[in-house]
Amino acid sequence: MSTFVSQFKTQATEKSGDLRLRQFIRTSLRGYEIARDRRKGAFQNWESARQAAAETKWEAVNHLDTHLESLVAKLEARGTKVHWASTGEQAREIIAQILRDKKARLIIKSKAMTSEEIHLNHALEKEGFTVIESDLGEFIVQLRHEAPYHIVFPSMHLTRDDIRDLFQKELGNAPSNTPEDLTMVARRVMRQKYLTADVGFTGANFAIAETGMISITENEGNARLTAALPKTMITLLGIEKVLPRFSDLALFLPMLATAGAGQPMTCYNTMYSGPRQPGECDGPEEWHVILLDNRRTELLADAEQRDALHCIRCGACLNVCPIFRNVGGHTYGTTYSGPVGSVITPHLRGLQEWKHLSNASSLCGACTEACPVKIDLHHHLLQNRRNASAAEPAFFERLAYQIFGIVANEPKFWWLAKKLGWLTQPLHGAVKGSAIDPAKAWTKTRDLPPMPKETFKDWWRNRK
Amino acid sequence: MTVTLFIPCFVDALYPRAGISMVEILERLGHTVICPEEIACCGQPPFNSGYHAEARTIATPVLEKLGDAEAVVIGSGSCGAMVKKFYPELFAGTRHAELARQVALRTWEFSDFLVNKLGVTGLGAKFPHKVTFHDGCHGLRELGIQKQPRALLAKVQDLELVEMTEISCCGFGGTFAAKFPMISTAMGEVKCAAAAETGAEYIVSSDSSCLMHIQGLLSRQGKPTKTISLAEVLNTR
Repeated sequence: MSTFVSQFKTQATEKSGDLRLRQFIRTSLRGYEIARDRRKGAFQNWESARQAAAETKWEAVNHLDTHLESLVAKLEARGTKVHWASTGEQAREIIAQILRDKKARLIIKSKAMTSEEIHLNHALEKEGFTVIESDLGEFIVQLRHEAPYHIVFPSMHLTRDDIRDLFQKELGNAPSNTPEDLTMVARRVMRQKYLTADVGFTGANFAIAETGMISITENEGNARLTAALPKTMITLLGIEKVLPRFSDLALFLPMLATAGAGQPMTCYNTMYSGPRQPGECDGPEEWHVILLDNRRTELLADAEQRDALHCIRCGACLNVCPIFRNVGGHTYGTTYSGPVGSVITPHLRGLQEWKHLSNASSLCGACTEACPVKIDLHHHLLQNRRNASAAEPAFFERLAYQIFGIVANEPKFWWLAKKLGWLTQPLHGAVKGSAIDPAKAWTKTRDLPPMPKETFKDWWRNRK
Repeated sequence: MTVTLFIPCFVDALYPRAGISMVEILERLGHTVICPEEIACCGQPPFNSGYHAEARTIATPVLEKLGDAEAVVIGSGSCGAMVKKFYPELFAGTRHAELARQVALRTWEFSDFLVNKLGVTGLGAKFPHKVTFHDGCHGLRELGIQKQPRALLAKVQDLELVEMTEISCCGFGGTFAAKFPMISTAMGEVKCAAAAETGAEYIVSSDSSCLMHIQGLLSRQGKPTKTISLAEVLNTR
């Protein structure tokens, strides 16, 4: 078993038995579901909106080459420096080089999952740069030296008391556990950093090919300060973030807010089209945009699962996923957790090493139903299983299915198997749930139904 | 009409009462029921684990047996989804591709068949209990079956249906329950808690496999809630 699998299984077992966390997550996501459903009602027709969004994303992804060229041409025309990074390593080096050129020391960051994907903070800190996360949730997990728990709600696993204790310990200041007080503590730390930071770093929610704009969505105003105050701005985004037209935002901004957080619109929606222009009084003097591939083009080449590039990182599939709800975000061991993470991680980081995430699903399809851009998520999990088994079949598992096939296809064997089950079940009590129980994976927590003497087929045969 | 009833392996081996109820209901409605004895399993376990060749080994004789059926009725949303939705995918590009498409068109999940093919909801059943209904995920999301079982339950005399506040998977998921037993158990416990909140005496479902999982947890934990298949409820008098 690879270390990724054993780490996943160990943590999943531990977390899924944590009843306090289970109740806490269930309650908070229940609140999300109610808010989301209310906001969905504000759309004239949510299903039509999903269809329109999916079609826009198909258009964007199927013509990614021309959209990217247009985006870059428009960005460069207004003085933005655009960089292309094929790998995470290249992206890290591009960013580090900009920081070195600027002789930067302090970098203030707004939320960017792509930076988590390329493990940017770690790399920059190793080079001696100081990096501060300005999104409150990200700031909290940074203080805990943790990865974000959820792509939209980074610190959703923590209670207000946990955060108060953390602030008390790390910042020496936490008057109470109210959101207002805790936010004020974080704000006092952060405001100083905005003023002294040399470089502001952001991610992106959408990139508009038609106008050459980057759209950033946030609730705290931290991304605006990050982009506006430091002299240099760096934006890192995956190449799949592109949307063809400015008017597409009319659908995607409310859709992202609704699906992601049950909000009508996110509080701050800003479009950036370039660094400070002559005659303008604010904004960064220099803006670098880094377009990251990092194996996205390999996913693009997979006609069956290409729609996974539609993902707008709203987190809706995580919120409804019973696996995510029970094992939590950190258990996945990946940047992108939940259903979409289970689909794309095998493409981004290797199928055989990450196929267990596709297996760890009951294929309930709640994710696919929730996805605002209609990614066929749970069927992609099945396809990953098929691809993994075809490339490297597990010897005993395949053998078991071959034997099962022989038994199922021969009525006499099938009859015998049922009779053996009925005869041996009374003996099962002696080993039930123990280490030598052949059914222990089931019986450790669950009873088996008693096998009837007369099966359905016995009944059918007898009545004829 | 001659109905070819596909009794899933679970129902055959563990829950014969569910299968018998389906036969009796269909016969009472005046249909001829045939039940091919050679069919044991739809092939879903290897299919869901990604072993398509092994799945075809099991599914090919099933498909051939069902080939000339007037209507195929399956007593499970999960196995129903396998035949109706995944057989065309499993057999795509093989010599059985067309047959798989044809059979899929003539295949119905049991409650869907009663309501949408036969146009029947009232079956004269009487079940004086408070129940809640568990939607098996395959029936719900692959086949879009949600209203049909409720339409049938609405006509059961003295039955009170109380819905759960959340629609969630029971955590069974076939081999998933054995590969990731603790996640599966946690999901089942959430399901049982949601059912208990309704105050129902019985959890009813079209899928005996989900009920096996739910019942397995309930009885291990000594909970009083019971499980029963939809067909058995509809076959009460």
